[in-house]
Amino acid sequence: MRHLIDPMDLSVEEVAELVSLGEDIIKNPDKYAEACKRKKLATLFYEPSTRTRLSFESAMLDLGGSVEGFPSSNTSSVTKGESVEDTVRVVGQFVDIIAMRHPNEGAPKLASMYSPVPIINAGDGGHNHPTQTLADLLTIWEEKGRFDHLTVGLAGDLKFGRTVHSLIKAMSRYEGVKFVLISPEELKVPDYIISEVIEPAGCEYEEITSLEENIGKLDVLYMTRVQKERFFNEADYVRLKDTYILDMKKMAMAKDDMIVLHPLPRVNEIAREVDADPRACYFRQVKYGKIIRMALIMKLLEVNA
Amino acid sequence: MKIDSIQNGIVLDHIKAGNAMKIYFDLGLDKLDCSVAIIQRATSGKMGKKDIIKIDSASYDINLDVIGYIDPNVTVSIIKDGVTVEKKKVNLPEKLVNIKHCKNPRCISAVEPGIPQIFKLTDKEHGVYRCIYCETKAGK
Repeated sequence: MRHLIDPMDLSVEEVAELVSLGEDIIKNPDKYAEACKRKKLATLFYEPSTRTRLSFESAMLDLGGSVEGFPSSNTSSVTKGESVEDTVRVVGQFVDIIAMRHPNEGAPKLASMYSPVPIINAGDGGHNHPTQTLADLLTIWEEKGRFDHLTVGLAGDLKFGRTVHSLIKAMSRYEGVKFVLISPEELKVPDYIISEVIEPAGCEYEEITSLEENIGKLDVLYMTRVQKERFFNEADYVRLKDTYILDMKKMAMAKDDMIVLHPLPRVNEIAREVDADPRACYFRQVKYGKIIRMALIMKLLEVNA
Repeated sequence: MKIDSIQNGIVLDHIKAGNAMKIYFDLGLDKLDCSVAIIQRATSGKMGKKDIIKIDSASYDINLDVIGYIDPNVTVSIIKDGVTVEKKKVNLPEKLVNIKHCKNPRCISAVEPGIPQIFKLTDKEHGVYRCIYCETKAGK
């Protein structure tokens, strides 16, 4: 039985397989309409995340399966003090696969040690969000046609942004990928991402503070929100939240074929005027997110169309 | 200073000077009934200064993972009837189970009572261990 806890749980070959399946789902959605008939997905969301939950639920419904679960810990037995282990052992008796979101880092890993069915990490605190990474990868593949030899800029909150850490891990496995890490000093990528991911992979990288001066060299720009919930101190949040705003003035300095990704929700780090630019991929990225979750559910349930 | 040789027990030698007390407490030697001798900053030809621990108990089951994690160069000798009958090699263990606690307050292991505290060796060269749940680095 396989789980997806960390983006690195999947080999490069398995990512390619999922992307290929995703492409086929995009082309032939009807072929997959009953792929998970009579299968059930539980979405155990210990913290609310409407879009991720809806994406998982839409994915399962589009595969002909059904869904159940809870949208926040207020509406589950957690309020009675039930442990994560017990919850998945119980829910695993009812369903075929579980997508879990949890505010504490490592909760899905713990769940996977006790669950009788596959666990998908749907985000654990500031740690990992592997299906967002898969969504990002499918977006890059669909929009750029390759993973290798790309200059990937990541801008904003690189310290607490789990999608950033996961994407760096995933992209560092492809040849010729260069990272441009654009953030204020306070929100730089953690040291271990450099020393244990980027450097061992032999990827070139630079850590800089100006988005404007560096946008011209990028093939992919991954924007992130400076998330209020990741700060202990509100004053720090207020001071840093507007640091990196992408607008058409900056887009004018970017390559014609650069793509802009964002894990959403956006607050104000991408000006509304950018939405109409064909290089803005973040809404298409949402659709790719659902598609790749469909592919992942099929893989973990070992079902075919 | 003279410490008598033990007849039946365990000798931990070549401990990096200063590590003896950490090993003493992390192994839980303070909770044993038997005699435990700690020699600190003894002169050593190889190391300059070293620490030594002698445990005067034939039945003590030593946790080599704890020693390997703190100081992988320690030599562990099993003594029976005054003779060294076995020398155990200490390595950096692949996993630490219930030896360290994760210091990340956001880690699931910090909020769920009773779950195993497990750290995995992620960087052998630098002896780096990370929590299997949240990947936070273990502090020595």
